[in-house]
Amino acid sequence: MISKSFNFYKLLPWAVTCILLSPILAIFFSAFSLDESGSFQHLFDTVLSTYISNSFLIILCVVVLSIFFAMPCAWFVACCEFPTRKKLQWMLMLPLAMPPYIIAIVYTDLLDFAGPIQRPLRALFGWQSSNDYYFPDIRTLVGASVILALSLFPYLYLLLRSAFLTQSAGLFQAARTLGLSPLRAFWRVSIPLSRSAMAVGISLIAMETLGDFATVNYFAVHTLTTAIYDTWLELGSLTTAAKISSLMLLAIVILISLESYSRRKQQVYQRNGSGNTDLRFVLTGWKKWVVLGFTWSLLSFSLFIPIATLLYYAVHYFKESLNDDLINYTINSLWLAFLVAILALLVALIVNFYQRLSPGFGAKSSIRLSSLGYAVPGTVVAIGVLIPLTSIDLWINDLLEHWGAAPIGLILSGSLVILVLGYLVRFSAIAVGSVDSSLVQVSPSLDMASRTLGNGPVKTLWRVNIPLIKKGMLTAFILVFIESMKELPTALLLRPFNFETLATYVYQFVSDEMIEPAALPALMIIALGLIPFIVVNRLLENRA
Amino acid sequence: MSIKKGLTVLFAGASVLASSMSYSAEEVNVYSYRQPFLIEPMMKEFTAETGIKVNVLFAKKGLIERIKREGKLSKADLMLTSDFSRLTLFTEEGLSQPVDSKVLNENIPSKFHGAEQQWFALTSRARNIYSSVERVGPVPTITYQDLATPAFKGKVCMRSGKHPYNVSLLASIIAHEGEANAKTWLEGLKANLARKPQGNDRDQVKAVKEGLCDYALGNSYYLGKMINDPAQVSWAESVVINFPNQATTGTHVNVSGVALAKYSPNKANAIKLMEFLSGDVAQKMYAEINYEYPVKADVQPSELVASWGEFKADDINLSDIAAQHETAIKLLDEVKFDL
Repeated sequence: MISKSFNFYKLLPWAVTCILLSPILAIFFSAFSLDESGSFQHLFDTVLSTYISNSFLIILCVVVLSIFFAMPCAWFVACCEFPTRKKLQWMLMLPLAMPPYIIAIVYTDLLDFAGPIQRPLRALFGWQSSNDYYFPDIRTLVGASVILALSLFPYLYLLLRSAFLTQSAGLFQAARTLGLSPLRAFWRVSIPLSRSAMAVGISLIAMETLGDFATVNYFAVHTLTTAIYDTWLELGSLTTAAKISSLMLLAIVILISLESYSRRKQQVYQRNGSGNTDLRFVLTGWKKWVVLGFTWSLLSFSLFIPIATLLYYAVHYFKESLNDDLINYTINSLWLAFLVAILALLVALIVNFYQRLSPGFGAKSSIRLSSLGYAVPGTVVAIGVLIPLTSIDLWINDLLEHWGAAPIGLILSGSLVILVLGYLVRFSAIAVGSVDSSLVQVSPSLDMASRTLGNGPVKTLWRVNIPLIKKGMLTAFILVFIESMKELPTALLLRPFNFETLATYVYQFVSDEMIEPAALPALMIIALGLIPFIVVNRLLENRA
Repeated sequence: MSIKKGLTVLFAGASVLASSMSYSAEEVNVYSYRQPFLIEPMMKEFTAETGIKVNVLFAKKGLIERIKREGKLSKADLMLTSDFSRLTLFTEEGLSQPVDSKVLNENIPSKFHGAEQQWFALTSRARNIYSSVERVGPVPTITYQDLATPAFKGKVCMRSGKHPYNVSLLASIIAHEGEANAKTWLEGLKANLARKPQGNDRDQVKAVKEGLCDYALGNSYYLGKMINDPAQVSWAESVVINFPNQATTGTHVNVSGVALAKYSPNKANAIKLMEFLSGDVAQKMYAEINYEYPVKADVQPSELVASWGEFKADDINLSDIAAQHETAIKLLDEVKFDL
């Protein structure tokens, strides 16, 4: 009985992994079956080195900025006591709901020559043209990094905060008793203990940055993603595009593996979830003001200013923007995001429990491989998903024809199935990551106890592990939900006829840089992303 | 439940799902590289006249790849593009089929037909050089070649060289002058740019207004669009529209066009739509609403567009330009134009 069901545990995660990996494999297989057109050599000789260094630089900038934004916030909120702390605790997650391409447009508009910042400056100082003064150009690599970091830092914040909260307070206290200052105790105890959360957060941010096209393209920063689009969609060389994609994936896999290898002997388990609530440092005086200033201005830049700007536009274009289409697209976006979030959570539970039940190289690979899609640009994933699904569709129709039945057309690739799969390929990594980081904190001794008491593996997972990682599961659900609300390139290319999401609707306008009519639907994306945060926060607060 | 029974149920369910989504009464499915709001007025008019519903799927990248993968099951009937390089790519990939229609042949001059009637242009647009009203004034003798001369150093703005409009312009220069001269031109142009290529065509006009540069490359219809946008009219008023190369090869002209998909499931309706788009009503709308040049000889451009004056268009064969498309993209990489 046990051995039979155990096979099933192995089969299921690998089936899931294969499905999620199939688009990426499909691209490689079809790529290497084609003739080499020599365009890789051409790229190598001309622009590839710049693209690579740009990709590297932008990832570095975004990661460093995100750490700079997220780490202090997480620690202040988890370990200090100051006014508005409780509000900040959940509000600092909200910037996740902001699509970076929308923040990018808002800030470009605000910082523009004719925008509300430069105009008064010119009037004040009597400057005439842009040659009379220096003003930083936002359409640069640094500008793009800031924008991406402003909308991505909450990933790290979220993971770090829960890591700081669940770290045994005793360890920190011991460090303090041994004479370390709070800052040094933080540096020597809290940070090393949160390495797993840090690694997951940074890799999520790095992957999302690597896969981004809309924002970097808008800022005229050319990265490896640009190279993929150019070679594939303009020069028609799938081989070269696949080679570049594999370079990108290889880099990601090496980085993640190195990190987890270096951490292989480190095992940290939480004993209880109550955290160090009573031991927060009460901040007073200038310290309080520094913390307040830092956290609230970060929120202003990442949340309040963009929302206020969009509101301003939305009010002016309210009549044109509010129509039946908007409501339909909102409903589409909502249920699509909901469905994808549920499925991604399932994927995460399946591959993570596989690792729990039979840890080892196989399980580790299954987790890694199922997450690869996140680092691949949306349009590449989209075409990757098309390859297997259209093949299956053609095969089904041929089969039906063979049997003399009526053909049924593109039931997979012409329907929402392909859209859901595309999203899952992109976003499972987020769910897998957040379930992983909460599951590793559950001590295996609990599993052992449960098994000793006669519970089977499934019952143990169900009765012991799942209740302990509820929070991580909820986080996974919300993060995938929000990413799905924001997702653009996959939706744009894979949607069936007459199916629009809020993001594709917004894109129709912003692709021609008409931000005003796009403001209301953009606000809808943000608002619908904010709601689950707020609801969950209420639930957690009530329980506490 | 046996496996066979299960499969039957599954397929039955799936086919209900599929049919509920696709096969309604009379319709035509369009994959469009053009923004929906640009073509919606014509599509609405078509539906009003014929009762045929038009479904439009818009994306800026990857539609050709999608239709290729969908193969013979694709629901797409027509491919609409905003430039001819995508039309020729579509045809070269074997994704189109020829259309032999008397209406199309009468409405669209043969220079706007693809080889073997595989595609048809619906509108044309000039690639203009805008100059600053304040600092330059009209320059009717200007050429694309001028933009690469030292006198224009730091004065030129344009969008990404990789954008299809600029790739086509470069390809036309390669076709006229050869690759080596084109490369020299491209290097000179890059050296004269006031800033790294960025934004869209409208942004370049805005940059002229802001004093960042004196000259901007842009398509003709954007000026019309800007004049009619309260937020952008002041940008439009800060520039003069010039038609380059009047004394030499003529102004580079690109087209938007349409092709019939090889496996078009609603072929008759699709051809009806193609014919409609080439006819008086739609051509007039393209002219009046989008400020494009109609391809139908007896339909006049809008009053505003006509006020910019007549111009000599480069009459090089579009397929000769398309043949240089790949070389153009490679040259852009070689001189690191966008970087």
